[in-house]
Amino acid sequence: MTIANSMKAKILPGGIIAPGGNSIANKTGLWAARHAEVDQKKCIKCHTCVAFCPEGCIEIDADGKNVKVNPDYCKGCMVCAVECPAGAITMKKK
Amino acid sequence: MNTASNNNNLAMTGGEAAAEAMRQIEPGVVPVYPITPQTPIVEYFARFQAAGKVKTEIITAESEHSVMSAAIGAAAAGSRAMTATSSAGLALMYEILGVASGMRLPIVANIANRALSAPINIHCDHSDAIGVRDAGWVQIFCETAQEVYDSTILAVRLAEHPEVLLPVMVNQDGFITSHLLEDIEILPDQPVKNFVGAYRYPYSLLSQEQPVTFGALMLPDHLFETKVAQAEAMQKAGEVYKEVGSALGKITGRDYPKFELFQVDENTEAVIVTMSSAAGTAKAVAQKLFKKGQKVGVVKIKLFRPFPYEELRALLKDIRGIAVLDRAFSFGSVPALYSEIIQTLHRAETSNNIQSYVFGIGGRDLREKDVKQVYADLAAGQFSSETKFLNLNQ
Repeated sequence: MTIANSMKAKILPGGIIAPGGNSIANKTGLWAARHAEVDQKKCIKCHTCVAFCPEGCIEIDADGKNVKVNPDYCKGCMVCAVECPAGAITMKKK
Repeated sequence: MNTASNNNNLAMTGGEAAAEAMRQIEPGVVPVYPITPQTPIVEYFARFQAAGKVKTEIITAESEHSVMSAAIGAAAAGSRAMTATSSAGLALMYEILGVASGMRLPIVANIANRALSAPINIHCDHSDAIGVRDAGWVQIFCETAQEVYDSTILAVRLAEHPEVLLPVMVNQDGFITSHLLEDIEILPDQPVKNFVGAYRYPYSLLSQEQPVTFGALMLPDHLFETKVAQAEAMQKAGEVYKEVGSALGKITGRDYPKFELFQVDENTEAVIVTMSSAAGTAKAVAQKLFKKGQKVGVVKIKLFRPFPYEELRALLKDIRGIAVLDRAFSFGSVPALYSEIIQTLHRAETSNNIQSYVFGIGGRDLREKDVKQVYADLAAGQFSSETKFLNLNQ
């Protein structure tokens, strides 16, 4: 009961999960074999990767410039690495 | 059409009876797609809606697959949802029937049973409903228009019972029941509305106070337990059927057993076990034979899912000759009802003989002489493990 335990959520009849809003607890990045990593020296801070990430798991730092991939949710799909115009994103094996 | 304020008797078809019950229940949403012989049900109901007698939202979907999907959306959002279909329509719903039961949504569907294609045929047999018997729906089979009316009302409360929360299918024989006029008693509106009450599904897709996730992905770590809970709810539905039936009986004065007995007591030597309108023909013959001194009766199964094994076992174990009349094939196996009766008796220490018959495929008549032949076979002790066919052209 990984999801249920982590959120104290209950699985109800019919597979209904309550309360809602528990997707943060479900660390889907755990399934991945690799995840994206940003080379800050090559990164041109264009944030293209942020827009393309299907999981929404590339975060912009408080300074509004640097980006960081959250490995808890990155599934290693490589979309960011392909889209990055500076070639600053590489895939790292877990 | 009837807007009765007192108990009254009216001539109605089974289709009208279903629509009349739906008018009184007044579900929030009725998604529909026409198919013979179910069409009169939604036609009559749409007339009620057009005349302003119900506030129901009717959704005319592009297929039965979408009909059941819309019913699921409505039921999950917090609205009572009902629909009706037949044959290929039920088959097209198959995927979504499992979603409705798996999500534990108490949708009620009236089915006018009709043969599945191919070859195409619009008349009655049970291949549609029997084909979906493992889809997780409670299944009630009705002999008469009265049973259709009563069972539709009963089904709503059974489906929505907090310990059940399962969809319910109310079956009637296409054309034979759905299109023939019968004298039936209609309750006044208010007792029906009181009986079904307001739709109170415990969770709503639209609730902001108590947000929940419906239809989430469920991998090997959870699905097994969820399906076991669903199986337990289906067993519970058998108990709740009795409770709800007895509550309805207080209003109608009629009984709602899981199976009906006709001329069956401790002296009965032979019975026909069957479902739906064929039970009427069987009873007519049994009555005539009984008057001539033959100890024969009829067992009409009304609740097919969950199947009432325990109660039936106690009853059937002492009856020597049992004929089971199925209105559908189970290709490569034995017919479904016959299989259930074998399962019912397999743990009983009994020496009864059971014979399987298939009849009425694609609307083929079950004649009195066919039923007489069955009782004659039973009396002569002619039993085999082969399924026999009634009124088959050789």
